[in-house]
Amino acid sequence: MRFLPLILALILSPLMRGIINRTKARFAGRQGPPLLQPYYDLWKLLQKGAVYSTTTTWIFRAGPIISLAATLVAAMLMPLGGWPAAMSFSGDLIVFAYLLGLGRFLTVVAALDTGSAFEGMGASREVFYSALAEPALLLGLAAIAKISVGGSILSSLSQMHSQISLHLWAESGVVLVFVALALFIVFLTENSRIPVDDPTTHLELTMIHEVMVLDHSGPDFAFILYGASLKLWLLGALIVGLVVPSSGIWVVDLLADLVGMIAISVITGAVESMMARLRLVRVPQLLVGAGALAVLALVLEYKN
Amino acid sequence: MDLLLDGLIVLVGGGVVALLLSRTPLANLVGAISAAIGSAIVLVPAVHVVLQGVTPAEFSAAWNVPYGSFTLLLDPLSAWFVIPIAGLSSIAAVYGFSYMAHFAGHKSLGTPWFFYNLLVASMVVVVTARNGVLFLVAWECMALTSYFLVVFEDEKDSVREAGRVYLIASHLGTAFLLVFFVLLGREAGSLEFSRIADWLDSSDGFSPGMSSLLFLLALIGFGTKAGFMPLHVWLPEAHPAAPSHVSAVMSGVMIKTGIYGIVRTLTVLGTSQEWWGWLLIGVGVTSGIGGIVFSLAQHDLKRLLAYCSVENVGIIALGLGVGVLGIHGDAPAAAMLGFSGALLHVLNHAVFKGLLFLGAGAVIHETGTGTLDAQGGLLKRMPWTGATFLVGAVAISGLPPLNGFISEFLMYLGAFEEDSLLTTSGAVTALAAIGSLALIGGLAAACFTKAFGIVFLGEPRTDASRDAHAPGWGMRIPMVLLAGCCFGIALQARPIAQRLTPIISAFLPEATLKEPKVLDAAFVSLHSISVACVMVIVLGIALAVARKALLHRREIGSSTTWGCGYAAPTARMQYTSSSFAQPVTQFFAPVLRTIRRFSPPQGPFPKSANLHSETPDISMKFLFRPMYRLVDRLLSMLGWIQHGQVHLYVLYLAATMVVLLVWYLGVAV
Repeated sequence: MRFLPLILALILSPLMRGIINRTKARFAGRQGPPLLQPYYDLWKLLQKGAVYSTTTTWIFRAGPIISLAATLVAAMLMPLGGWPAAMSFSGDLIVFAYLLGLGRFLTVVAALDTGSAFEGMGASREVFYSALAEPALLLGLAAIAKISVGGSILSSLSQMHSQISLHLWAESGVVLVFVALALFIVFLTENSRIPVDDPTTHLELTMIHEVMVLDHSGPDFAFILYGASLKLWLLGALIVGLVVPSSGIWVVDLLADLVGMIAISVITGAVESMMARLRLVRVPQLLVGAGALAVLALVLEYKN
Repeated sequence: MDLLLDGLIVLVGGGVVALLLSRTPLANLVGAISAAIGSAIVLVPAVHVVLQGVTPAEFSAAWNVPYGSFTLLLDPLSAWFVIPIAGLSSIAAVYGFSYMAHFAGHKSLGTPWFFYNLLVASMVVVVTARNGVLFLVAWECMALTSYFLVVFEDEKDSVREAGRVYLIASHLGTAFLLVFFVLLGREAGSLEFSRIADWLDSSDGFSPGMSSLLFLLALIGFGTKAGFMPLHVWLPEAHPAAPSHVSAVMSGVMIKTGIYGIVRTLTVLGTSQEWWGWLLIGVGVTSGIGGIVFSLAQHDLKRLLAYCSVENVGIIALGLGVGVLGIHGDAPAAAMLGFSGALLHVLNHAVFKGLLFLGAGAVIHETGTGTLDAQGGLLKRMPWTGATFLVGAVAISGLPPLNGFISEFLMYLGAFEEDSLLTTSGAVTALAAIGSLALIGGLAAACFTKAFGIVFLGEPRTDASRDAHAPGWGMRIPMVLLAGCCFGIALQARPIAQRLTPIISAFLPEATLKEPKVLDAAFVSLHSISVACVMVIVLGIALAVARKALLHRREIGSSTTWGCGYAAPTARMQYTSSSFAQPVTQFFAPVLRTIRRFSPPQGPFPKSANLHSETPDISMKFLFRPMYRLVDRLLSMLGWIQHGQVHLYVLYLAATMVVLLVWYLGVAV
């Protein structure tokens, strides 16, 4: 049963996109696509053939595959609802962050393989923003490690999540809020959501993640979409596990975390409906701000 | 020990024979074979010592130099450094044979192989010497031989200039080391390392002020060789100028002798002080972030790699800093993790930087230029070089499933541990280490997606890159070997890291384990990481098979790249290396001070437009050039002494002798 969080992630992750899209539709006064639309999309793409640019090499085909493989292994490290992850060891949080990095590296080189200026542009923005998001993510994780289990390297993500209790919230709630905020900004950036990137735009010039995968089609694109859903789920689960206190009763915890996952999807949809995308030059400021929040959280913790 | 000496003899002997055969075609063969075999022989005892953890008896021979003795000892720490030195030198020599064949006929090949062999031998002596004088002689020999290798293509002005910068910067560093050894010898009464250790045991050791002074001298002297910012000026000049297999050895292992010097200094000085840890982390942060940001701003592949070496020695310094902090914060496990990470990164960097320089050499060999924006689409023309370069690029970005991640992971663990255990000052420093490691990792990924993407992917930007051919197996096999090592180290992470524990606890007794539980947990983690790496590879293969099955018997079209409906794209429309790096260089503009010359298109039918940008080295511009100019001005005041009249020079000599004689007699009386 250690595999429960992994199985839930594999099955439910596309649903998160469905919920986000439904929320956005409701904000706009529309009915919106069905909640299960992302599954239909994946199914349809898996049935299709593919078109490849003559410029591309095996890198272009390997990009989606290795990205998805890295994200799948990262999914094995993420606990949920009091259930430990399929693989859990001290410092797994670092491995988690770097596996996502591997996925990004391959997505970026696959984009450059097309020789298109648009995809180069997206790739260039992606590597810059993620380089700035990385310190915020790692410092945020360091802060959680410190408040939950005293920061010893004997800690794993599973242990950290199980240590978040109402008592801890009462003791260092401010720190938790700061870290959650910092991680939420990382969550929006890494998943190419507004205010950093707009997943729905159709103008190549302004896109980041979507423009990098412009040339992929068929099963390759299905792998990319599924990998992106999985990443959305995993970073969401990281924040939910940090915010939702655990009671020790697994049914309650699991339900609470699932509700948390729905909540974070709705919040993301709400943010996307209420905010405009930031100008590209403003994005670094937001990301540096996220890093500063994480540092602030740690400094507050030293004071205690 | 005997094998080590045998290897040294093969190296030196082979070098001399190559020199004697200089103008014949045999020189290349003899030089390369003796370098490869000599290094391989040296490798054997080093691997043996690291695996067994026992130190063979030292070799000592009399030497009629004051305070000097020819004492060599291959303890585990020395052996750990000999492994990358000998291993990479051997592999690079095989590559060098094919690479140098290109110059046969119009250049003497005996001379460069003579210097190459001497360089390898002197690096081995540097890390095994147990006498201060011998160390300095080997150090100087290393600097000079590598200088002659850098200026191999001395018909080019830029190469001679690069050589001069290297020679001067290198000797500035040596000057600090000279003072270091003189002070050390005066305090301890001997330049034999073993005697210094005895003296430390029997006396109170160095006073805190003296040991700090010695540490600072060592940090500057060795830091110049290692390439810490702002002392790194010679790296971006010398590495691009040298032949590629030499760049690989210089960047992969020669700069590590600087790291060895710092680690050995920590052991020779006995006790360290907490602020040394802060300083090392400060140096690490500066070199790490500075190095990678400058690397991103480069237009030349080898210059980019050279700056990236600055970044990597920065990472190593971070690890050493975490280690020193751990000792003083009573967090021995964290200290072990910091030092292990740093030492493992020494090996890892040798592997992937060697690989990347060999790949860059193959590119330059085929296209005739290292300029990034003159390349493109080389993966189709040089599939092996491209694939191995990609492995090196992922590894140097510190990403799993390759070796770069393993050493960074150990440093992260150490810093996380300190962050929780240490007092505020130490914890904040550890925090700086975590934040900068993360930022460096992200920027390195940006830098190497750029390097790989612009050179190997897309469409060829010039005719030279369109007509490139794959290099022969003589150049391919070394690259494949090194790429295999990148995987191998990651998959054998735990056994390799466990070998480091006795090495570190032998030279830093304070770090001896009080809580082995923590370290055991770290080893278990390393094992899990290796498992995760295997899973990434297996899942990748499984998904590739699945994709193939899905596409079976379906329509697979091929077309041009999507260009918003524009159907006739040209190679010039691709993103260039500078445009790819622009968001980062823009963000770091206050540090980079990139010079831009821009003549925009004018009028409705513009005839021409031009954008030129270059990023001169900030430390060269604001630290070294002003210093050189000052020295130049002071010395030119003495210019009147030098007038070219020999008989007056003889008079100077005579006058000096008389003054010395009077002084000597006066003292004697």
